Amino acid sequence: MQRMINMAPGRSLNLMLALLPFALLLLLYIVASDARLAENANDKLLPSFAQMGDAVQRMAFEPSKRTGEYLLWVDTASSLTRLGLGVLIAAVLGLLIGMLTGALPMIGAGVSPLLTVISLVPPLALLPVLFIVFGLGELSKVVLIAVGITPFIARDIQRRTEEIPAEQLVKAQTLGANTMQILIRVVLPQLLPKLIDAVRLSLGAGWLFLIAAEAIASTDGLGYRIFLVRRYLSMDVILPYVAWITLLAFLLDIALAWLSRRLFPWNTQGGR
Amino acid sequence: MPPMIQAKNLWKTYGENVVLEGLNVTVEEGEFITMVGTSGCGKSTFLNMLLGTQSCSKGELLLDGQPIPAEPGPDRGIVFQQYSVFPHMTVLENVMAAKAFARKGLTGYLFGSARREAKEEATAILNQVGLSHALNKYPHELSGGMKQRLAIAQALLGKPRILLLDEPFGALDPGIRADMHELVLNLWREHKLTVFMVTHDLKEGFYLGTRLWVFDKLRQDPQAPGAYGASITYDLAVGQMGKKIYEEIDDNLRPVVEVV
Repeated sequence: MQRMINMAPGRSLNLMLALLPFALLLLLYIVASDARLAENANDKLLPSFAQMGDAVQRMAFEPSKRTGEYLLWVDTASSLTRLGLGVLIAAVLGLLIGMLTGALPMIGAGVSPLLTVISLVPPLALLPVLFIVFGLGELSKVVLIAVGITPFIARDIQRRTEEIPAEQLVKAQTLGANTMQILIRVVLPQLLPKLIDAVRLSLGAGWLFLIAAEAIASTDGLGYRIFLVRRYLSMDVILPYVAWITLLAFLLDIALAWLSRRLFPWNTQGGR
Repeated sequence: MPPMIQAKNLWKTYGENVVLEGLNVTVEEGEFITMVGTSGCGKSTFLNMLLGTQSCSKGELLLDGQPIPAEPGPDRGIVFQQYSVFPHMTVLENVMAAKAFARKGLTGYLFGSARREAKEEATAILNQVGLSHALNKYPHELSGGMKQRLAIAQALLGKPRILLLDEPFGALDPGIRADMHELVLNLWREHKLTVFMVTHDLKEGFYLGTRLWVFDKLRQDPQAPGAYGASITYDLAVGQMGKKIYEEIDDNLRPVVEVV
């Protein structure tokens, strides 16, 4: 008998094992949903797939009776705009702060302790402050996302900057490079793939802040919608929306991974 | 004319630990010096002082009669054992970067005619070190020997007067090492460099270059290994040394190596 630690699945078995939990969950849901609906046809807690299909049809492909908009797409567009802007601002700020504090000890000495303290402030606790300062409009939601993930990105990039072998910085100096040239040609390009990694890791937090902000003060957005229909126990809308958000998050993640491989071929397997 | 490099009663200490003590030595332009010694005997420390990344605790280290600058500069090129090349640039870009860094400017990028000239020059030197077939490869696609060839080409295009080599061939196979020796000797003659090379391999020191330094401790205190520092115990002209002295140095270095 081979040891468990040495047993690995083949290709097809691997695929089967990967799909199995999904299939089991799906089956469990269908059985449970059927059982509840058989008991009470008006049950709202575990809607059937047909009911959810109707809800998706209503939200995505029929204009809203009140506004005439196709709600799912409007919600998706405004949520992605907020998330995109917030993450973009956080990435730019995080890259600059992280690179400068990591590469220049004089700046690091002044900024690093402050950055550590700021990163410990729970961003959601600042949400009321943001609403007071920036109002209830788009700005406060974008700022929440940016405030929430900038410290994480900045600290990650700072660490990555410090990981660049000192030999490279010395080498550049022996070739006559000044500080600015070293930052732009040696440090920055090596940080860009790390920045994409950091953004991928912080997207989960980004979604969290987005949905929280939308739930509290908004008139559209994916988070707004699921919190709105919660009042009517509309699980047939909430569950497809959650699945849609998950799919968007997944697609964003693989798009970033693809972009990183595409733009930085030197950073793949065996790099460094 | 003062000698190119002059060390006057040079000491290096880290707190209680003495690494180098009372080093007195002069080097003329065009010499090729190999430095051997056990681990922790200060040969790399001395190289780093020449490079400008470490400073001496006592005494003086002079370049052309002036104290050596406290940071690395274009007059002193370096090849490390690893991490010497930029992983995000192709072979050609790595060498062209040397040209770009040599010019004043904010970005370190080259444009227009300067770029074309740099490309020609870089291609020529890559040809000389035998990398003309790999211009568009990234460093992670190169073998260890090719990476070191690239690092040497890069350092040479910076037009240094002094070339510092910190165990550059330590990680290479013996066959490839021999090729690299030949390459370094040829480049040294052609570019009229002054070379300092740290190596673990005594044989390398015995036929490469013009002068061999052995770093070792003159005094030992078994109760306090850090109390005394190392100095240059042998300073020999290469080519005038017999088998006897090789064995003598080899014996001196070996017991300590085995303990480590």
